[in-house]
This record gives sequence, structure tokens and C-alpha cells, in this order.
Amino acid sequence: MLLTYLKRQWLSNLRGDILSAIVVALALIPEAIAFSIIAGVDPKVGLYASFAICVIIAFAGARPGMISAATGAMALLMITLVKQHGLEYLLAATLLTGVIQIIFGLSKLGDLMRFVSRSVVTGFVNALAILIFMAQLPELSGTYGTATVYGMTALGLAIIYLFPYVTKKIPSPLVCIVVLTAIAVYFGLDIRTVADMGELPDSLPVFLWPDVPLNFETLQIIFPYALALAVVGILESLMTATIVDDFTDTSSDKNRECVGQGIANIGSGLIGGMAGCAMIGQSVINVKSGGRTRLSALLAGSLLLLMVVFLDEWVGMIPMAALVAVMIMVSIGTFSWSSVKDLGKNPKSSSVVMIATVIVVVFSHNLAYGVLVGVLLSALFFANKVGRILYIGSSLSKDGHERTYNVVGQVFFSSSEQFVSAFNFKEAVEKVTIDLSKAHFWDITAISSLDKVVLKFRREGTDVQLLGLNDASATLVDKFAVHNRPEAIEKLMGH
Amino acid sequence: MSRKVLACIDASPYAQAVCDYAVWAAKKLNVAMSVIHVLDNSHKTVHTDFSGSIGLGSQEALLAQLAELDAQHAKLALQRGRIMLDAAKAGAEAAGVSSVDERLRHGELVETLAELADEARLLVLGKRGFSSADAHGHIGLHVERVIRTLHKPILLTQQSYTEPKSIMLAYDGSATALKGLEMLAASPLAKGLPVHLVMAGATTDATEAQMASAAAILRNAGFTTTVAIVGGEPEAVLHQYQQQQHIDLLVMGAYGHSRIRQFIVGSTTTAMISQAKCSLLILR
Repeated sequence: MLLTYLKRQWLSNLRGDILSAIVVALALIPEAIAFSIIAGVDPKVGLYASFAICVIIAFAGARPGMISAATGAMALLMITLVKQHGLEYLLAATLLTGVIQIIFGLSKLGDLMRFVSRSVVTGFVNALAILIFMAQLPELSGTYGTATVYGMTALGLAIIYLFPYVTKKIPSPLVCIVVLTAIAVYFGLDIRTVADMGELPDSLPVFLWPDVPLNFETLQIIFPYALALAVVGILESLMTATIVDDFTDTSSDKNRECVGQGIANIGSGLIGGMAGCAMIGQSVINVKSGGRTRLSALLAGSLLLLMVVFLDEWVGMIPMAALVAVMIMVSIGTFSWSSVKDLGKNPKSSSVVMIATVIVVVFSHNLAYGVLVGVLLSALFFANKVGRILYIGSSLSKDGHERTYNVVGQVFFSSSEQFVSAFNFKEAVEKVTIDLSKAHFWDITAISSLDKVVLKFRREGTDVQLLGLNDASATLVDKFAVHNRPEAIEKLMGH
Repeated sequence: MSRKVLACIDASPYAQAVCDYAVWAAKKLNVAMSVIHVLDNSHKTVHTDFSGSIGLGSQEALLAQLAELDAQHAKLALQRGRIMLDAAKAGAEAAGVSSVDERLRHGELVETLAELADEARLLVLGKRGFSSADAHGHIGLHVERVIRTLHKPILLTQQSYTEPKSIMLAYDGSATALKGLEMLAASPLAKGLPVHLVMAGATTDATEAQMASAAAILRNAGFTTTVAIVGGEPEAVLHQYQQQQHIDLLVMGAYGHSRIRQFIVGSTTTAMISQAKCSLLILR
């Protein structure tokens, strides 16, 4: 069993995994640095985090082929915490994030992902792309935004997108970084480099307990951040897992992935790294380069650390313009292009959900709020749509003394008003039969509307007969309804 | 529903022998036969794009590209599987099996077989499959897992078919072996064939008594029984005996011990299978 596991999840795709690990490791370095800068911490925090998360998730995660590391979505949530309380509190929050994610996973909250519709996922991804792009703007504006920086960034983008036409054997972001660094050093350009942004790792990480007082006050500070980090981390990880599931035509255990992400974050926090999660862009790159198993994540993380520790002087010389170019590529690659193309084709309600998610995120800088709004909107739209599946027809008996109503469809909070208004209380008949055999009564709102209809008819002196309440509705009626009890009239009508 | 003989075939040289043995078993047991081919859809992809750059729509493009590749592989595998099954079915019908059906399934071999296990009376499987057909002296990639997972009698075939004329039952006096012995005695599969009841080990009063009572069960069931106790390492002496007596089918219990013990001392079952020169009927 162990052997088959090893074979299938680690060693089944050696060549592809080793090569893709190199590509991914090279692509992770600029991202980890850039995300540290977004969060306002030294590049080494993001680099250690990327190493720890990437390596731990290779063992603890549930989705082989997916790459996790320090991410933009998470970095954006940390800015205020770092600004107000400093790095140590960030590390403590990272540990707590891991604990919360493990609890989420163990309590099977990953299953809740089914409430997150396709449109919300697309909105999330697009918002993430926009946020990553916006985070690059400070480097291109104000005192930093000189013509040289613009020129270098444009050159970087040109290399990234045009070099693959020359050869696909060498990662083009790497070529971009090497060429731009060479130009900057050779011409002695006065532009910002990675070394200006803070401390780079010069040694292997060491175990480190965050230096914060262990009291309730600390918890009060870090808990809101940790909760947001945990939620966003799980959302992005599970979305990425679904994308990789699609790529590889396999499935993965989403709850186990939550636990894995939690373990990875705890590991990251303990060696001085920030919280992270799965990365859509990197996972796409990994699969594209042939990575399929856990091995590619393990190797990518290890290579990343080795390269950074031994090349730290060289890494420090990389101009920020090169990183900005790489990050613009990541944001463009993350953006779901088909969602824009299909805007006209998709139903209006799903487009609204997608755009609302994007707008909320872009303004709040918090992906969790965007998802919340998106999920609520989808639920409302759904209720509205299902509520329209209700038809009430009627027929009068030959002598004109009896009327039969036929109710077909779904009766619940959204359609109950429509249900009530379909009955004609002005018509004076001796008997009304309401045939409910093709209707569903979903909630107490529906039941109380039925009560209301029955009571109204009774008060007009009409006998009411209910036909064919199906089993589901019948249980609801037994539980909630009041019309078959004498005191009912007073209670429901408020007299 | 009467249970069937399931013949699992793939594109290896074992397929023909598997079919022949399944036909033999199905006729002996007088049950229907089912020919199974499992398409293991672990997709092998070849990629040379290490550009590491992602642009607008690359996610969609990548998915489309991967799906297209898989679709081509899968279509071919599907056609090939259908042809193999059709041929096997025609062969079995020509050989006189009353009812033959074919099953083409997607999935992992062992899991798929486990799903089908309920309808199985006997499973016929090549000793090695397509992926390790030439690795002599080894057992197939999936064989051990199949035996461990499925609690059904399994017939492991060699590459060529010889109609079983005599049977050898490896007996060690254990509960597993006794159960296997009783199953064999009760089954119509071996009716009319001479049985060699063989034990590896020292000849003592105790082992002789065990053998005598075991032989009595077989004789009561109407089998011509020869009893032998041979000294030495089980794998070696049992195979030696088999070759000396020209026995065509070896019957044995399987994996009676825990995995931990197996990890330390190795598994007799695995060794027996890999060294066997004839087909094996494994009873669980």
C-alpha cells in the first residue's frame, strides 16, 4: 500500500515533476519577494514562507500537482496588522490561521464550498488578478516611476511574452530577470532593487517562536486577521484545487486540503514565514510544465530556498522593474479571460454576481467580503428564480358553486406572496378545493400563507378542502400549521 | 443471479491464456463468464513547455489542450479494449461457454475489480500484466493488491494454457489452509482430477495426523488423493514437487499473515506466486 502510494503520488512522473519544479521554483522567487513587499515585511519572510508551505503541503496537502506558497491574496490582508503591530504579531497570526484552518478541515467546512457558485469563483479570481496588478502600481508611480523604470518594465514584459516564441525550454520570466538585472548592473542604473526592499535570507531558516505576549489582548489583536486569512486561504486553495482537478481529470479531498493548508501555515509561522495558500498562477505553470505529483511541490520549495540562500547577493541586485513585470504577468495569467468574453452569453444574474464580487473585493481589499457578497447574491437570485416556478390555475364547477385551484411548483418565502394573490377571495362560492399534489411547501412562510388562504376562505363562509399535500409538505403542515386548530384565527389574523 | 467467472484481460501475452482458463473454469462450474478490460485512465502527458509564462486565457487554453490529448489517448484505448473484448467473447462462445458478456470500464484496476467482486465466483488474472509482462520472476504490478483486496478465489495464469489434469494443494495445517481445502472439496471446479496434498516441513507425528485428516476430507468428497510431506524451504520444495509430478494447477491459501510480519520476514505467498511454474488457484 505504502509502495503504491509512493509510486502513484510521488514517483509516477519523475521527469515532468523535476523539470516543472525548476520552472516553478524560479517563478516563485520573484512572487515571494513581491508579496512580502505588499505585506510590508522583509523579502525573507515571504521566501521562508514559500519554502515552508510548498514543502509541507507536498506531504500534508490533498491535491498533488498544486503549488502553495506565500500569496498576494493573503499578503493583502496582513498590511494593517504589520503596520500597526509588527512582524511578530504577523507570525503569531500565521500560527493561529493554521490552527483555524485545521479546525475548518476537521469540521468538514470544506464541504461548504458547494455554496460558492462558479460566478463567485470567477469573480474571486478576477478580483485577485486586479489586486495583484494594483499592488504593482506604487512601483510605477510617484518618485519611483521614472522613464527608466517604465522602459525596464516594458522590456521585461516583452521578454516574458515574446521569448517563448524563441524557445520554450527556458522559463521566460527567468530570462526577463537575468537580462534586466544585467542591464541595470552594467549601465549602473539608479533604480530600486530587491536589496532596497529589506533583508534577504542569508541562512537556512531556524525554528522560531513568535515573540508576543501570550495573553488575551494578543488574541484580540490577531484573531480577526487570522480568521480572514484562514477563510481567504481556504477559498483560494480549494478553488485552485478544483482547477487542478479539472486539469488532471482527477479528484481530491477538499477537507484534507484544509487541514494540509493549516499544517503548512503553522510550519511557516514557526520558521518566521508569513501565511500563504495555494496559488492559481503557479499551479497553472506547474501543470503546464508537466508537474503532476507531490514531488514537484517538494522539489520546487527546496530549490527555492537553496537558490535564494546561496545566491542572496545576486537576488538583491534584481531591479524591482523586473519583479513588477513578472507580477503583471501573474496577474494577467490569473485573470479569467473567458469570463469577460462570456459576459454577454451568460445569464445576467451570474454576471451581476461575478461583477459584484470583483467590485466589493477591489474596494475592501478583502477577498472574504467579496465572496460573502457573491454567495449571498447568488442565493437571492436562485431563490428568485425558483420562486417563479409556481403556477396556480383554477376551474369552476358546472353549477358555479365550487371552485378547484391547482397549485403546481415551489412555495417558499420568495413565492408565498404570489401564492396568496392567486386566490380569488371576492368570488362567493360554497366550496373551494385546493389541489396541492404537485406543489412543494418548503418553509414556515409557505405554510403560513396556506393558513392565511384557508382562513380567509373560511371567513367568507367557504368550505375549504386541501387535496394531496405531498409527504414533504404534510410533515411541514403537521409541524407548523395552525389552520386546523380553533384558536388559529385569532392568532394568525391578529384579532 | 448466479455468480460468474470473471476473466480480466489486457494487451499482454497473458490475455489468451486468461480466456482459456476462464472458459475451462466456466464450463467446469457451469456458470456464465464475463470478460473484463479496465482502462486505467492515469493520463500520461508529454510536455515540453517550460516557458513558465502565463497570459490571458492560458488557463482555458491549457485545459483545452490537456483534454484534447487525453481524448485522443482514451479514444484509442477504448477502441483497442473493445476489439480485445470482442475477440475474447467470440473465442469463449466458440469454446462452448453458454453465456459470455463483456465489460469495458474506466478506472483503477483494483478498485474496479473490487466493485465487480460481488458478482464473481472466480477471478481469472494473468500472473503479470501489460506493464510488467517481461519481468520474469516477478509478479504483476496489481496482482498482490488484487489478491489482498478481493476476498474471492483467484486463478493466476501463466502465459500459455494447459488444461489442468492434476492438482496440487499446498497445505500447512493452518486455519486458512483448512478453509481452502474445504472449499476445494466442495467445489465442482476440480471434480474428477487427482489431488496431491503436499506439506513442506519435517515429518512428525503431528504433521502426519494433520495430513491424514485433511486427506480424509478430500477422499470423502471423492477425490483420488496422494499425500506427501517434503522437507525444506516451502517455496523451493513445493515447486520442485510440482515439476516432478507434472502438476498443472497449484492451489494455496494466501496472505495469512499481517503486513507487518510480511514486511519483516517477507511473504510466502508472494514468493510462491513469483516462482511458480504452473498456474495457481488462490483461495482466500
